[in-house]
Amino acid sequence: MRKKRTGYIIGALFMLAILAIILFYPFPILLYQNLPYLGFLKRAFFILLFSCVLCLYRIARGPTAADRAVTLDMLGVLIVGFCVITGISTGRSWYIDIAIAWALQSFIATLTLAKFLEGKSLDD
Amino acid sequence: MINTIGLVFISIGLFFDFIGCLGLVRLPDVYNRLQASTKCITLGTCSILFGAFLIQGVTAFGIKALLCMMFLLLTSPVSAHALARGAHKSGVKLWERSVVDKYGEDGN
Amino acid sequence: MASRIILFILGFIAWALLNWVPDWQHMVIGIFVSAFVAYMTGDFFVKRTHLLTHPRRYLWFLYYVPVFIWECLKANIDVAYRVIHPDLPIHPGIVKVKTSLRSDVALTFLSNSITLTPGTLTVDVDKEKGFLYVHWIEVRHKDVEKATKIVVERFENILKRIFEE
Repeated sequence: MRKKRTGYIIGALFMLAILAIILFYPFPILLYQNLPYLGFLKRAFFILLFSCVLCLYRIARGPTAADRAVTLDMLGVLIVGFCVITGISTGRSWYIDIAIAWALQSFIATLTLAKFLEGKSLDD
Repeated sequence: MINTIGLVFISIGLFFDFIGCLGLVRLPDVYNRLQASTKCITLGTCSILFGAFLIQGVTAFGIKALLCMMFLLLTSPVSAHALARGAHKSGVKLWERSVVDKYGEDGN
Repeated sequence: MASRIILFILGFIAWALLNWVPDWQHMVIGIFVSAFVAYMTGDFFVKRTHLLTHPRRYLWFLYYVPVFIWECLKANIDVAYRVIHPDLPIHPGIVKVKTSLRSDVALTFLSNSITLTPGTLTVDVDKEKGFLYVHWIEVRHKDVEKATKIVVERFENILKRIFEE
């Protein structure tokens, strides 16, 4: 029990350190639009990237195939968020088209994976 | 003013996305992970999309963001349901400290 | 025929929202495309068209939306508390609940609402006997009746008034 608690504290400190680096590091702003909240959007982008790294840990470590399928589904939803934030910060509206198409095909891919896990053929 | 409200919505969405991924790492078995990640990441991404709609207003971007939000709210629970059913049928056991498993008892 | 007209209207609205700001060239192409889709799929999606003629169902749907959003917010805060807490306060298990809904649309909405509300996730639906198998992150009652009272009933009454007789 005691060992588990120390593990929790180390993990929490690690997460807080990375979040603090993301929140307070003065990122250079290389984008061309003149928005007042570009720094916020850039930090949002990096927080989403860190979430994706956590998902990759579960993909590498996951004991069963179902874990990996769940994580792939969730990565598909996170990428929609990426597309939206990039679309706001660059001011190009076709990023949201990519988001819609990605959400559609990610849904179909997840259903296919679930059928495959269930052990049936795909035309059932 | 409306930009600030949109940024607040985006911040809430980022927080819940991060919590969802943390739950994916911390929780013990597939079903609990599926619970945490489905709820938190769906609502988080919907909140980001709604914030984008508030920032952009009624333009092409904003309307498509609303459409994408509807689509995610409809499809994400369905895929979670399919994945849970597939995991149970493929023989993934529940966590050893689980309380009850009526689905396995009924012989499915 | 009525189901084809409804499908045509839905497809045309989706096309118009995807091609915002609407101009007449896009609209003409959209009329042809959605007419083709409605003709090909027929009554595959919309089966019971008489449901759309009662205005009371729309009012109940408008009442259902804020209830759903409120439960969704509560669910997220609950999950965030459970994930951040150092001891992981979870007692998971799969319970069986009863439902009296029968139609496909109502069952889909019910299981989606259960998935997005606090601590529950639909695993399987037994349509003939009317059972839902629900994974619950904090099992309070193993009994069918009491679990039904907690998990299902807050949505079932509303959904019965929207989608059933």
